[in-house]
Amino acid sequence: MPTQFEHTEYMYLRPTKKFPNVWCAGCGIGIVMGALIRAIDRIGLEKDDVALVSGIGCTGRMPVYMDFNTIHTTHGRALAFATGLKIAKPNMKVITIMGDGDAIAIGGNHFIHAARRNIGIAAIVVNNAIYGMTGGQYSPTTPIGAKAATAPYGNIEPPMPICEVAKAAGATYVARSTVYHAVELDRFIEQAIRKNGFSLVEAVGYCPTTYGKMNKLGTTVDMMRLLKENSVSVTAAEKLSPEEREKKIVRGVMHDVEKPEYTQLYEQLIQRVQHAQPANPDKP
Amino acid sequence: MTVKLMQGNEAVGWGAIAAGCKFYAGYPITPSTEIAEMLSRELPKVGGKFIQMEDELASLAACIGASVGGLKSLTATSGPGFSLMQEHIGYAAMTEIPVVIVDVQRLGPSTGQPTSASQGDVMQARWGTHGDHPMIVLCPVSVSQSFDLTVKAFNYSEKYRTPVILLLDEVIGHMREKIELPEFESVERVERIATDVPPEWYKPYGDSLSDVPPMANFGEGYRYHITGLFHDVLGYPTTRLDEIDPWIQRVHRKIERNLNDITLVEEDLSESDKTVVVTYGASARSARHAVKLARQRRTKVGMVTLLTIWPFAEAEISRVARIAKRIIVPEMNLGQLALEVERVAGRNKVVRVNRANGEMVTPQMILEAIEDR
Repeated sequence: MPTQFEHTEYMYLRPTKKFPNVWCAGCGIGIVMGALIRAIDRIGLEKDDVALVSGIGCTGRMPVYMDFNTIHTTHGRALAFATGLKIAKPNMKVITIMGDGDAIAIGGNHFIHAARRNIGIAAIVVNNAIYGMTGGQYSPTTPIGAKAATAPYGNIEPPMPICEVAKAAGATYVARSTVYHAVELDRFIEQAIRKNGFSLVEAVGYCPTTYGKMNKLGTTVDMMRLLKENSVSVTAAEKLSPEEREKKIVRGVMHDVEKPEYTQLYEQLIQRVQHAQPANPDKP
Repeated sequence: MTVKLMQGNEAVGWGAIAAGCKFYAGYPITPSTEIAEMLSRELPKVGGKFIQMEDELASLAACIGASVGGLKSLTATSGPGFSLMQEHIGYAAMTEIPVVIVDVQRLGPSTGQPTSASQGDVMQARWGTHGDHPMIVLCPVSVSQSFDLTVKAFNYSEKYRTPVILLLDEVIGHMREKIELPEFESVERVERIATDVPPEWYKPYGDSLSDVPPMANFGEGYRYHITGLFHDVLGYPTTRLDEIDPWIQRVHRKIERNLNDITLVEEDLSESDKTVVVTYGASARSARHAVKLARQRRTKVGMVTLLTIWPFAEAEISRVARIAKRIIVPEMNLGQLALEVERVAGRNKVVRVNRANGEMVTPQMILEAIEDR
C-alpha cells in the first residue's frame, strides 16, 4: 500500500521514462523534485499547463522524469528559454529548475534580468555549492575555505548570496529552505508558483559524492543533520549577531511584494498600440 | 502591392511580418539594429511580441522558447553576436525547433569594423556550432530579395523543423532601394506540420515519411521532453548507438532529399560561356555590372548567383564546371565559398577575387579577372 505522498508523486512521473534516475544515492535533488510535484498537486494545475525548463548539470536532469511539458536546455540559459516560452504562452505556469553553477555562474546574467523584468516564471535553484556532474569543482556558492576539485587548497572566493541577488534585481518573491525541511520547501515552492511575477526558491542541498567527501562531512545522514542544525528561521536569525548569522543558513520567505508582471504589461502595450493605430501591415 | 524605398534590414522586418513572425528577441548590434527597431514598432500592431534580451545567447534562447510555444520567431545580429549564438544554433538543430537567425555581416574578426561590409561569416554560418548537422543559409542580393528570402527562411524553417540563417552583409542591410511590397495575404506561408494522433501515441522525434516529424507546441495537450542530448523518438536522452545513428541520418536526409526545394540559384548562362562568375550577396551586384561591361566588349561570360549558399549547390556548380574553363568567385573575404567551388569544380578552374578590408569587390576587379585569360 503506497503512502499518500508516494501516490501523489507517481501520478506525475512519466510512465514511459526509464528509471532509475541519474542522481547518486543520497542526493537531495530528488527531495526537491518531490516537493515540486506536491506543490503543483496542491495548487491543482493541469499537467498540460505546466512547463518545466532546466539547464545543464545534475539538477538540470530533473524535468525528464516528470509528466509535464519539459525542456532541458543549455548550460545557464534556462531562464532565457523560459522567457520566450512564457511570452508565447502567458497562461502556462513556467517553472525553471537550475543548479547553483547553472543559475548564478554561467546563467547569472539571465538570472538578474529575468528578476528585473519580473516575468512570471518560478525559478527553483538547488544550491549544493558545487559542480557535481563534472566532478566537484567549486561553484559561485562554495563557502570560503571549502575544498573542491579545482580548489585543492581551499576556496578563496566569497560565495554569491542567491536570494539577496534576486531581491536586489527585482524578484517579487524570494524564499530559502533546505532539502531537510521538505515540508517547508513544498510550501515555498507552492507560493512561488502561485506568485504573479518572478519568484525564486533557493533549496539548499548537499553533494555527498563530491563536496561531502572532499570536505570530510561524513555520510548523507550527517550532511542532512548539518542542514537541520546549521539553519535558522528568518525570525530567529534576526536575534543573532551578524557574525553568528553569517555562519547559518537562514530559512524563510525573504521578500514578498506585488509588482506588475512582464507578460501582462506587454499585453497592455499591444492593446494600447492597436487602439492608437489599427493594424495595417501592408502600408509600411 | 506598394512601392517603397527602404533598407535591406527593414525589408527583412517586413518579410518576417509577411511570413507570420510573431516574436523577436535580440540584442542591439551594428549593422543589424534596424531590424530590431523596426520590429519593436511593428510587431505589437499585429499582436506579435518584441523583447530586447540581455545578450545574444539569451536572444536566440528566447526565440527557441517562443517557437516551442508556437510562435514563429526571429533574431538578428552581426559577427560578434553571431559567434555567441552558435551554441543555440546547435541546440535548435539538435532539437529540431524552427527559428530564423539573421546575420548582417560586418568586417571581422572580433569587433573589427562594425560599419564596414564583409562576407566573412560564410563558413561560420555553416560550421560555427559543434557537431554534425545540416544548415540552410540564404543570401539576398537586393532589398527586394531580402524580403523574399526572409519569407523563404521562415517557410523552410517550419517545413523542415530546422534553424535557418539569413546571411546579409552590411551593404545589403543598409542600402536603400526600391521594393515592390506584395499584399501580405498573397505571400505563401508554410506552417509547421501539426500532429493529429492522440497524445499517448505522439512521437516528437519519430521517423515520419518525410523525415520531418510533426511538431506539437507546448501547452496544447502533447506533453513531451525536449533535450539537447541525443534523444530517442520520444525525446528522452539516449546513449544507444541504434538511436543516435538514425537521428543523425534522418536530420541530414530531411535536407538532402529536398535540395531541389531548398537550393535557390539564379543562372544567366549559355552553353558557350567559357568563363562563369559564381557569386552571392553584395558581391553579386559588382559581378552583375562586370558581366554587363564584359558582354558589351563581346566577351562571352556567364553568371551564377547563389541565393542558397548552404547546402552548397553542388549539382548546379558541377554542371557549370562541365561547360566553363574558368570560374571566377568574387567575395568580400579571403576565399570562403571559393573553397566549395574548388571542391566541386577543381582548384585549377577557380579564380578567386577577394577583398577583406571592409570595401566591396569592385566591378573593375571582377572585369579584370574575366578578361585576364
